[in-house]
Amino acid sequence: MSTLEAHGHDHHGPAKGWRRWLYTTNHKDIGTLYLWFSFIMFLVGGSMAMVIRAELFEPGLQIVQPEFFNQMTTMHGLIMVFGAVMPAFVGLANWLVPMMVGAPDMALPRMNNLSFWILPFAFALLLSTLFMDGGAPNFGWTFYAPLSTTYAPSTVTYFIFGVHIMGASSIMGAINIIATILNMRTPQMTLMKMPLFVWTWLITAYLLIAVMPVLAGVVTMMLMDIHFGTSFFSAAGGGDPVLFQHVFWFFGHPEVYIMILPAFGIVSQIIPTFSRKKLFGYTSMVYATSSIAFLSFIVWAHHMFTVGIPLAGELFFMYATMLIAVPTGVKVFNWVATMFRGAMTFETPMLFAVSFVVLFSIGGFSGLMLAIAPVDFQYHDTYFVVAHFHYVLVPGAIFGIFAAVYYWLPKWCGNMYDERLGKLHFWLSFVGMNLTFFPMHFVGLAGMPRRIPDYALQFADFNQIASVGAFIFGATQWLFLFIVIKAIRSGKKATAEVWDNPEGLEWTIPSPAPYHTFSTPPEVK
Amino acid sequence: MTDNMPNTNKPVKPFKLLAVVFGMFCFGFALVPLYDVICDVTGLNGKTGERYEVAGALEVDTSRWVTVQFTTSNNDGMTWDFMPSEVVMTVHPGEINETVFIAKNTTGQQMVAQAVPSVAPFSVAQYLHKTECFCFDQQVLEAGESIEMPLRFFVDKDIPERVSKLTLSYTLFNLPDVAVN
Repeated sequence: MSTLEAHGHDHHGPAKGWRRWLYTTNHKDIGTLYLWFSFIMFLVGGSMAMVIRAELFEPGLQIVQPEFFNQMTTMHGLIMVFGAVMPAFVGLANWLVPMMVGAPDMALPRMNNLSFWILPFAFALLLSTLFMDGGAPNFGWTFYAPLSTTYAPSTVTYFIFGVHIMGASSIMGAINIIATILNMRTPQMTLMKMPLFVWTWLITAYLLIAVMPVLAGVVTMMLMDIHFGTSFFSAAGGGDPVLFQHVFWFFGHPEVYIMILPAFGIVSQIIPTFSRKKLFGYTSMVYATSSIAFLSFIVWAHHMFTVGIPLAGELFFMYATMLIAVPTGVKVFNWVATMFRGAMTFETPMLFAVSFVVLFSIGGFSGLMLAIAPVDFQYHDTYFVVAHFHYVLVPGAIFGIFAAVYYWLPKWCGNMYDERLGKLHFWLSFVGMNLTFFPMHFVGLAGMPRRIPDYALQFADFNQIASVGAFIFGATQWLFLFIVIKAIRSGKKATAEVWDNPEGLEWTIPSPAPYHTFSTPPEVK
Repeated sequence: MTDNMPNTNKPVKPFKLLAVVFGMFCFGFALVPLYDVICDVTGLNGKTGERYEVAGALEVDTSRWVTVQFTTSNNDGMTWDFMPSEVVMTVHPGEINETVFIAKNTTGQQMVAQAVPSVAPFSVAQYLHKTECFCFDQQVLEAGESIEMPLRFFVDKDIPERVSKLTLSYTLFNLPDVAVN
């Protein structure tokens, strides 16, 4: 440790060239790497969604073969979940958590470097399967056995090792974030004085270390079934495919909260700034987030209502699931109460944050509908489910990330983004997203199954609307890239505060944030 | 966790968090036996349990009749002829019954098979006891060979009044890796 400190005195800026990025242990550099990586994955996964929507523009088979269509739905899901949303949140945590708690860097900087740099290898493994014999994974992002074992393409092993590596990356990231938050806060910052983004990430990180190992376990079982002759999921050898679904969703349900809790934190930072009021109900926000995290462990079987679980099980998982609406409702109420009678202005981050509250609530309500076991038998595996989880993930997780980027970008690069273009990006995304996913509710209720490249004629109109919306949404994201690059290269200089009297330690340091911040712990009131 | 407590910054050791990770990895695998135990105890999934040992004489409830149906099916990749000798038996609870299933290897080579039982309705699976069943063993048949496989079972006399009919179904699986020896 002492040699490290001695070394630290003779260089104060970043190294030059590619070595800066490959060898960096600086939380800001690693945050930037995570964010750019996730944006590239967002475009890759998004272009797969464009293939899906282009094929579904008309009934019948036009553009791709069903086998390739299945690969697209699978890879779109995997890349968006593990490549776009999760690394984006880890990138935001890297940038913001040390600055928000007054720490000079993350607690474990070298592990931080490792946890980022194994990610490109994980996704190279996963994406390389597209160019192999047998094609990419085609069993859906939920990779149910035996589709993903007995009937899987031979490339499934690449998928398994890819998941192992991205799991290791997430676990390392989570441990780092927990250690940073619990060990490196500035002395006067008690837990209940932490910004909500830090709180939600602390809880998310605990969810990650609890369930990512279970995911690693389930893909390891698949690996052994495929290559070592075990029968975890093969009925012929005494195993059970339904067991796969239980283990997968024990990971999978907390995973969906991993993808939304940090967005809750982001919105809880942004809404008070642009309402010019303190956040309403800080304490209840913390407890609501914790309750959601706890409940996420005991609701997994609501994804499996139709596999034949007993009535008592259906009732338990139905009521437990509906219980989640209570803490979620507390959060929505607090956001609305924060805005109530505030001196509100609608800069781009606020537009994304407000639409988050509205659209996430719609996704929450369709989630409540799906939670009702007796009617889930009709909704199961239809486009209604697709509409539901895209309503919580696109205007939930993705809009949360957009809001965060617009809100903190001036702090990161020192320049304001183009407000006019930012608003254009918001409105095009908002309209495109709703055009895409709202009609899916209707075709889903009418019985259109998900993951099928063809559909009955009656669904054609709504599917064409959805496809047009998807093309608008997809194209708009190039505008986002342009806005970010423009802000980095030019644009009005940002002040240290950037916004009108925002709360938090990150606004006390100059814009752009210096390479090293808070070498001595700051004061907190 | 109270507002006024000073931040003592008692450090959290990252390797403790790693222990949590390792523990959860093991928990994932622990779910496998746990799942089997839960299915056995509750009879969920139509699991019928292992060989049943009869202790002492059984009390036969001659006042009731229960119909037991037998169905068979072949899993993917299984080409044997496989059928029950009797499709339906009507039995008294507590009375030991015997029947045979017939299997024939119609292929030109030796094959190994495993039958997996399931009972419907699931909720009463634990009331069907098997004292002898071909499903306890793997079946090895030479090319063209056929076999009569015994099943000895009884219906528990505690079976709920509302149940008058049970279905015992067998799925026959091909075990290609075993056949090599």
